[in-house]
Amino acid sequence: MFQDSSLSGHSTGDYVKINIGPSHPAMHGTLRVVAWTDGETVIKADPEIGYLHRGVEKMGESLTYHQFIPLTDRLNYCSAICNNVAYEIAVEKLLGIEIPEKAQLIRIIMMELARIADHQVCVGILGVDLGAFTPFFYLIIQREEIYEIFEWYNGARLTNTFGRIGGVEADLPDDFEQRWKELRPNLLKAIDETDKLLTHNRIWMDRTIGVTAFSPEDALNWGFTGPCLRACGVKRDLRKDEPYYMYDKFAFEIPVGRHGDVFDRYMVRMREMEESIKIIDQAYKMYKELPPDAPLMAKVPKVIKPPEGEVYRAIESPNGELGFFIKSDGSDKPYRIKIRPPCYMVYQAFPEMVKGEMIADLIACLSSLNVIAGELDR
Amino acid sequence: MELKDMIRGCLGPLAVAIDEFRGDLSVEVPKSHIIDALRRLKDDPGLGFDFLSDLFGVDNSEIYKKKTASKKPGDEGPETPSENDMPSPPRFDVIYLLLSLKTNRRLRVKARIAEDDPVIDSVTSIWKAATWPEREVFDMYGIRFKGHPDLRRLLMWDEFPAHPLRKDYPLEGMGEERCLIYE
Amino acid sequence: MGLQAYSGSGWILTKLEDLINWGRKRSPWPLPYGTACCGIEMMCALASGYDMARFGAERPSFSPRQADVLIEAGTITKKMVPILKRIYDQMAEPKWVIAMGACACSGGVFRTYSTLQGIDKVIPVDVYVPGCPPRPEGLLYALIKVMEKIEKDHPLRKQFDQLKLGVDNGA
Repeated sequence: MFQDSSLSGHSTGDYVKINIGPSHPAMHGTLRVVAWTDGETVIKADPEIGYLHRGVEKMGESLTYHQFIPLTDRLNYCSAICNNVAYEIAVEKLLGIEIPEKAQLIRIIMMELARIADHQVCVGILGVDLGAFTPFFYLIIQREEIYEIFEWYNGARLTNTFGRIGGVEADLPDDFEQRWKELRPNLLKAIDETDKLLTHNRIWMDRTIGVTAFSPEDALNWGFTGPCLRACGVKRDLRKDEPYYMYDKFAFEIPVGRHGDVFDRYMVRMREMEESIKIIDQAYKMYKELPPDAPLMAKVPKVIKPPEGEVYRAIESPNGELGFFIKSDGSDKPYRIKIRPPCYMVYQAFPEMVKGEMIADLIACLSSLNVIAGELDR
Repeated sequence: MELKDMIRGCLGPLAVAIDEFRGDLSVEVPKSHIIDALRRLKDDPGLGFDFLSDLFGVDNSEIYKKKTASKKPGDEGPETPSENDMPSPPRFDVIYLLLSLKTNRRLRVKARIAEDDPVIDSVTSIWKAATWPEREVFDMYGIRFKGHPDLRRLLMWDEFPAHPLRKDYPLEGMGEERCLIYE
Repeated sequence: MGLQAYSGSGWILTKLEDLINWGRKRSPWPLPYGTACCGIEMMCALASGYDMARFGAERPSFSPRQADVLIEAGTITKKMVPILKRIYDQMAEPKWVIAMGACACSGGVFRTYSTLQGIDKVIPVDVYVPGCPPRPEGLLYALIKVMEKIEKDHPLRKQFDQLKLGVDNGA
């Protein structure tokens, strides 16, 4: 028990300071929260980050534009492909080039697969953190199959280094259709099974509905993007609002929640997986209509030396708006790279979200935000 | 009306320079009026830049170094003042990425900060989203934000002696280690 | 001291050691300390599909006091060093360490101001797994290597040697 003047105004005046993390099963390895609690109620929480700060932005200043692509894998390692594309699209904007249609479609297909894999991890881990272990196993089996597609396309399971500046390096192999046909029903089945296990489960509903609800005004003020913002009821998705590639040609829904609580975040992610499957179907149909010898790369010089200038380009990654700001000084190395990680903005509102909640809900909230330390600390 | 003119109309003399590159607009405002300028951009009904997407710093010292190195003393041109009497250009930029949720347009607002007085007003009173980015800029560049509720280091540990993203800091560090403190 | 008579590898002790090693070998409870990308692959190794429980690593122990094998998966930054050291110190003997991934082995691609260049700078490592990140099979192989190492261990002899040292010093 101790007393702190910054916490005055509360009735009892006695608080317990609890340190959670960085080595704690619910803190995903590198997060740390210091919570001041009165009984089980959290009075104040102070997240500390930086335990995985690896200096990626500083490293980017001494690497060439191509050499930086592998480092973007290690930002949000749950969906490395989305990071690769976000960086490449920013460099392509800096160079002022448009990539061929076929490359766009391959990128879309792979990105949506990565989005499904990311949401699967998030939902699975949310279940594990709340004590529901089974959905994690159901989801991870299908996730392995997605990884097999990645591995078979570009040789790596997790850190894919997908794409090149100006396009993609290879066409989809011939048996993609076969693989996707096998995977598609299994994916839907895994989502359905998770749905059955969790969504109408009494314990799950009690643990998630109404927990750490957040209003849309607050969410926008704090800079929320992605599923956490959509759970608050704001219909905002960069795939629709600032369409890049051919996203404006696909028919898909943007699922939104109403209360911004843990349950809505979970539901938004579950529905988004289904929407991603729809996008892949349509993208593959369009891909098949293209001639087999359509170009995969735009004309890009071997040594990339963009003109002096600054650009910012963002895409909708599984967690929200993932943007890259690149400042070029005319040399073959970027002068400054700034990554705008989506969960960084979401996580900074964490103290506000958990204030007055129970300490067990703190764990549920953190898990539903899907904070990935790699992109949080960079 | 074009966005450029709308911004000029909204900011008036506060818009020191407007620059366009690959469709991205960036406007420079004086550092002393940063809160005023951002409020105007936010409240303007036509522009409505009501979402702070990101905030970060840039260290320009190497660009200046390169420019002075490439300029030879005997060059023609207006006049080349010797390096001593030229006031050093402001070393840091703080860049605010704004977004209008209604029109989906983006704008970069830039404030320039001199090395000898690295202080700027905090915008946490307008957007709470600036809380951690401002702490990060303080951590990485040593720029202090006046009026920030809790200005501490964010990514590096508290006793870290340097500001790593400054250009004069080596990538591999200067041998800093975090000592073992058992509280 | 009568104990000194047994301090070699006498027949009884050897067989007893075999029994202990057999028991230890079949239940290396891991402490999954995943900090970065490798943590996701470690998760895959623990989950269905690769199923690390086949090798007796049935129960991931998040408390260092009940763990035998520290699987350090991911980058350790200089900010994290004191915590890693403390976790290692909290683990009870006997303990083994697997450094999973290039970052844990040598710092990997991140040769920067904030990254520790290999966890063997602060704690002893038994098995290194290369790869960025290694496949789950790599981690399983490392676990088998740890099991081999456990098999060759002499737990009792070590204990008696320590006892002997204590007696000698005391005398």
